[in-house]
This record gives sequence, C-alpha cells and structure tokens, in this order.
Amino acid sequence: MKFIEIARKDLKAEFRTKQMLNSMMIFALLVIVIFSFAFGNEASIFVQGINKKVVDLLAPGMLWIAFTFAGMLGLSRSFSGEKEEGCLEGLKLCPVDRSDIYTGKVISNAVLMFLMEITTIPIFVMLFSYDIKNIPGLMLVVILGTFGFIFVGTLLSALTVNTRTRELLLPVILFPVLIPVILSAVTATGIMLGSGELSDAAGELQVLAVYDVIFFVVAQLVFEYTIED
Amino acid sequence: MLKKILFTLTAVLMLVSIYLIFSGYSPIPVSVKEAAGEPNNFKIFYFHLPIAISAYLAFAIVFVASILYLRGKKQKWDIVALSSAEVGVILAALTLASGSIWARSAWGEYWVTWDVRLNTSLVLFLLYLSYLMVRQAVDEPEKRARLSAVFGIVGFLGVPLSYMSVRLWTRATLHPVAELNYSTMSPLLITLILNFTAFFLLAFSLILLKIDNEKLKEDINEIKRVKNI
Repeated sequence: MKFIEIARKDLKAEFRTKQMLNSMMIFALLVIVIFSFAFGNEASIFVQGINKKVVDLLAPGMLWIAFTFAGMLGLSRSFSGEKEEGCLEGLKLCPVDRSDIYTGKVISNAVLMFLMEITTIPIFVMLFSYDIKNIPGLMLVVILGTFGFIFVGTLLSALTVNTRTRELLLPVILFPVLIPVILSAVTATGIMLGSGELSDAAGELQVLAVYDVIFFVVAQLVFEYTIED
Repeated sequence: MLKKILFTLTAVLMLVSIYLIFSGYSPIPVSVKEAAGEPNNFKIFYFHLPIAISAYLAFAIVFVASILYLRGKKQKWDIVALSSAEVGVILAALTLASGSIWARSAWGEYWVTWDVRLNTSLVLFLLYLSYLMVRQAVDEPEKRARLSAVFGIVGFLGVPLSYMSVRLWTRATLHPVAELNYSTMSPLLITLILNFTAFFLLAFSLILLKIDNEKLKEDINEIKRVKNI
C-alpha cells in the first residue's frame, strides 16, 4: 500500500498551489466555450433525412477533446515536475517497488482528471442546455476511459521526461496509442447521451475494460525501464 | 556469401512475380470483375496484400526485439528493432498508397473514412512514425534503446485493440473476405504465394542491409572516438 503515500505526496504538493488543477479546469472550460461559440446550441442539420441538432452529433467528441487535451496538460507536468531539484532521484531512492511509484502517480493523475471532469460536464450541460439520458452509464464510460488515458499517459509521461523535447513529444506519441480508448469512449458516450441504453454500448465498454487491464499490467512491468539510468 | 544468395534470390523472385502478374497468367476473379470499374485494377492486389502482411511482420519483429533488448540489454536487439521499424514504416506507407490507388479505381474514392482495415493500417503507420519520433528525441544510445523498446512494446499491444475499436465504431468494411475455391484458384494462389515470398524476402533483405548500415555507423563512431576526431 506504499503507493498511497506517493499519491498523497503528489496531491499534497498539488493542492498547496492548485496550479495544475486550475489550468486543467480552465482549459477544459475554454474548449467547451469555444465549441459553444462555434456551433451554438440551436444550429441543426439534416442527417439521413432526420433533422438533428449539431450539438447532438458533436457532443461526445467535444467532451473527449476537452478531457484529453486538458488531461494532457496534467500528464506532461506529472513527471517533469519531478525533474527539478532531483526529486526523481529521491523518489527512486524510496524503499518501494518501482511499480508502486507508477501506481501512485496513476492515482494522483486520475484524481486531478476526475476533478476536472466533474466540473466540466455540468458546464457543458449548462452551456448547451443538454439532457444527459443515462448519468450512471456516462459515469462508467468516463471512469473507464479516463483510466485508459491515465494508465498509458503516465507511462509515456515518464518516458518522455528523459527525452530532449519532453512536453512536445508526449501528445505526438500518446495519441496513436490512445486511439482505441478515444474511439470507444466517444462512441459509448454518444450512446449514453443519446439513447441511454447500457447494453447498446456493451462492445465499447468491453474494449475499454480490456484496454485498461492490459495496459495497467504491462505498464507495471515496463515502468522501471523508463526511469532507470 | 549467404547474404549475396539471399539478395539475388529476392531480385529473381521479384522479377518472376512481376512477370507473372502482368503476363496474363494471373487470373482476375469473376466476383471482382462484376464489382466495379476496370477489372484490371485487381492486379494491384498481388502487391497490396503481401506488402501489408510484410509490414505487420516487420512490426512484430520490432515487438520481439524490444522485449529481448529489455531482457538482456544487448545492443544488437536495439539495432534489429530500429531497422525493422524503419522498413515497416515504409511498407505501411506503401500499403496505404497502393490501397488508396486501388480504392480510387474500384470504389471511386481514395479514402473511405469508415473502412475498418483502412483505419487500422493508418493507426499502425502513425504508431510506428511516433516510434521513430521517440528514437529521434534521445541522444544517448543506451537510453534511446531502452525508451524506444518500452514504446515498441506498448505500441504493438495497442494494435489488436485498435482493430477491435475501429470495427465497433464502423461495423463495416469494403474489403473482400477471401473465399477461395482452391481448384479453380490455383493460378491466383501460385502468383500470390510467389509474391508473398518475394516481399517477405525483400523486407528481410532490407532489414539486413539496414542492420549492416547501423553496425557500420557504430564502427565509424568507435574509430572516431579512438582517433579523437
């Protein structure tokens, strides 16, 4: 259970300044606001003969663009903050397993992501006067999708912190690996917002769950190679 | 000596299989003739499929070589991984190009956004482009080998999941599913098998050449270091 201590250290440092959390939340808010300016909540188009509101078509993609881009801010700082003052060396000297460092970082990143998402979704609902059909289902999709994002993101964040271009490289290498998560999460979110039937999204939820399990296990195994020197 | 034999064999097989494709010996299946446009466009199939499968093979080599590198930290596995990644990226690009040319002729469009295999090939191409990006971003050879091996493992595991998620997303493909009638198809199979052999050997030869190239680079660096140039 030592990883809890590492997560607590990260969150304690974060909540002293709330720098990261604030910029993530404000960034996600800005993305939603820009989309609301761009598409409005009244515009509609014909799709296969049915008059559909533009926001209904774009809502899932919009939400996940806000989540992933804001999450990327947090991820890229997650390890580069440790580079200063030799914190990473200190962390490595801790009498814990290397995989505990990874798990701790995953928890602290996930907490920040969830806080950002909890504030973004109500703002989204408000700006577009939107009705969410299945709130528990949406929560399930968001939790699974966020964990997939964080599991891979934390590993690759540790990987890029050792490279020359650091923050620049992370989005470039993270998004190709994330495609299964983003694709399934967007489709499943669309189902949760639209029809709200959990069984319609069974396939997507399976892919998300399998992705989470595989990458959590693999990241535990290979994490130590990303920070050793 | 062995390499010379391999290269000669590759060249001969390439010539023979190209001759077979264009000589009129290779049949054009009736179903495709009925399907669309100029029936001769089917001939690109004899290139397209072997190139695509060779690309997958090259990426599988990257995966295995990455695991072997992390296990023993032997530099030769890093060189193998780099070489097959580069060859694989070129083959993947060729797959996309030949596929697009064929698609334009057969389906009327270069790119069909919702086709499963198209998107999976694109994801694969992007994944290994970012693998090369990781390599480019690190200067120290040992660290570069370690970090890119981690990414080589993580990236390859994402491939089947991408395929699954894309299939869920679109639920359709224009790609024909092979239903071969072996008695009437034998000329097709012979040409196809010959092409497969030729392209596997080509990929293999290119990887070998690249490995030699990298080893030469190492030697030059070593000489430079010793002579202090």
